[in-house]
Amino acid sequence: MSLTPDEWEVLRLSLKVALWSAAASLPPAVAVAYLLARTRFAGKSLFDALVHLPLVLPPVVIGYFLLLTLGRTAPVGAFLEQHFGIVFAFRWTGAALACAVMGFPLMVRAMRLSIEAVDERLEAAARTLGAGRLRVAATITLPLALPGIIIGTLLSFARSLGEFGATITFVSNIPGETRTLPLAIFTYTQVPGGDAQAMRLSLISIAVSLAALLASEVLARRATAATKGSDATR
Amino acid sequence: MLRVDVERDLGAFRMRVSFETHGRVTALFGRSGSGKTSLVNAIAGLTRPDRGRIEIDAQVLFDSAGGIDRPVERRRLGYVFQEARLFPHYSVRRNLMYGRDLAPPAERYVDFDHIVELLGLAHLLARRPGELSGGEKQRVAIGRALLSQPRALLLDEPLASLDAQRKDEILGYIERMRDDVRIPIVYVSHAVEEVVRLADWVVVMSAGAVAAAGTVEEVMGRTDLGAAADVFEGGSVIDARVVAQDPAYDIATLAFEGGTLVATHTGAAVGEPVRVRIRARDVSLALEAPRSISIQNVLRGRIAAVRTLRKGVVDVAVAVGAVTLRSSVTQRAADQLALEMGQPVFALVKAVSLDRRAVPYAG
Repeated sequence: MSLTPDEWEVLRLSLKVALWSAAASLPPAVAVAYLLARTRFAGKSLFDALVHLPLVLPPVVIGYFLLLTLGRTAPVGAFLEQHFGIVFAFRWTGAALACAVMGFPLMVRAMRLSIEAVDERLEAAARTLGAGRLRVAATITLPLALPGIIIGTLLSFARSLGEFGATITFVSNIPGETRTLPLAIFTYTQVPGGDAQAMRLSLISIAVSLAALLASEVLARRATAATKGSDATR
Repeated sequence: MLRVDVERDLGAFRMRVSFETHGRVTALFGRSGSGKTSLVNAIAGLTRPDRGRIEIDAQVLFDSAGGIDRPVERRRLGYVFQEARLFPHYSVRRNLMYGRDLAPPAERYVDFDHIVELLGLAHLLARRPGELSGGEKQRVAIGRALLSQPRALLLDEPLASLDAQRKDEILGYIERMRDDVRIPIVYVSHAVEEVVRLADWVVVMSAGAVAAAGTVEEVMGRTDLGAAADVFEGGSVIDARVVAQDPAYDIATLAFEGGTLVATHTGAAVGEPVRVRIRARDVSLALEAPRSISIQNVLRGRIAAVRTLRKGVVDVAVAVGAVTLRSSVTQRAADQLALEMGQPVFALVKAVSLDRRAVPYAG
């Protein structure tokens, strides 16, 4: 099955949106996961709930609120455009942002679990050797939590490939700009005779998602072997 | 000098510890659950006492009244844990260098190559911790702690997870380190042999409190601690020197202030100082010098004290020259011999009961 130029464009755009979404969420997700796993502060439960909100809210609600705050006429959106020239509304960057918000809880969850699994006694040992909290996080905790960080990132990437509701609400369905795989499939199902096209794109979607999940497994296994220093590294 | 005076309330367990020691190696001794590890964690700064003060060599690490609580990473104490706690994602070399790189260059006094040689780590440097045996891991952990250029060293039962042979080997390395790096050492243990071999001061802990504190000779000579410390068994500690070795019989003659002792299998060379621990129950008493007897050590002395240890058991202190030997005998035996203060007696000690307790000590 060879892809038509239109299909290539949809796939390329989807991958671009998902990549940027995952890459941009990575630093804040690591920070949030670390805070949730290793620190105590006032309002932590509320913070935790807020982080998880996109997981349970209808995606349309997320998209609608993004539109309300970051639309070109909305206060934050106008401010960003005026001072930094950054526009999210009806751009692929907006699609990436919507995907990032939707994938964030998944990413944080996987990372948090693996940070919590890091032996705190190793962190204590590092501190007795003279390392401050930040250094302990950078040299001990995060490297040992690497498998979870990789899985979280790829989960969020795969989730972004399938994002629909928040994207279409926030940045609409513009060919070449915001029409990612799910939006394209949806579009074909709305026109007479589009069934074959919808099926082709669905198969592409399945193949890409499957590849992302398999890759996350392989990478995580390698990272686990590397942190354990077992024979599997050689 | 180590001065500790702390309190910590942990619900069911209450720690209230106060002592001061002046030796280079202070042993914290007591059965598990007596609060030894909690105390070491408080010294290291890993846990925070409710109130009190902790001081090592005139450096105040914690003082609730003065509002001082130095963070763990700035206390500069090398901590060797029960489990080695090596970083699994780093090679042995990087584990060793972890603390060294964080120490201010001006305060570095322990050299990498020197530690590698002292602890025999050269062939392990490229390996990962997962590829090391238990004994090797503990050696790396000791090296890593030393290379962090610490002002004092905390060792929390570093031999706990090792078999007898490894224990002996690591104990040898710890001895070498003790004589090599001249910093205060706190050694946590529930094994009398280790305490006698390594420490010069000992703090006996029981149920979160100090049951006894003093020099090893003082504290080990007390038989009244049995109930308090449980694992602690009364006896005498005598500093001696090897004056002769008979390799054919593997027998060493040790001279002390009060006579000579015959010991087996000491592993010490002639001229070497040794410390001998004689358990009170290994010492028998006789009113006349026995003849035709297998016992190799017959020491002439005088009874300095007789007291009942518990029902049916009497603790007799026998002054032999300048040292005091403890003997536990039954009440019936004491009555039959009519033991009393000032009476001349012969203390009998089997040479084989001295073997593993007579150990080199370059004090």
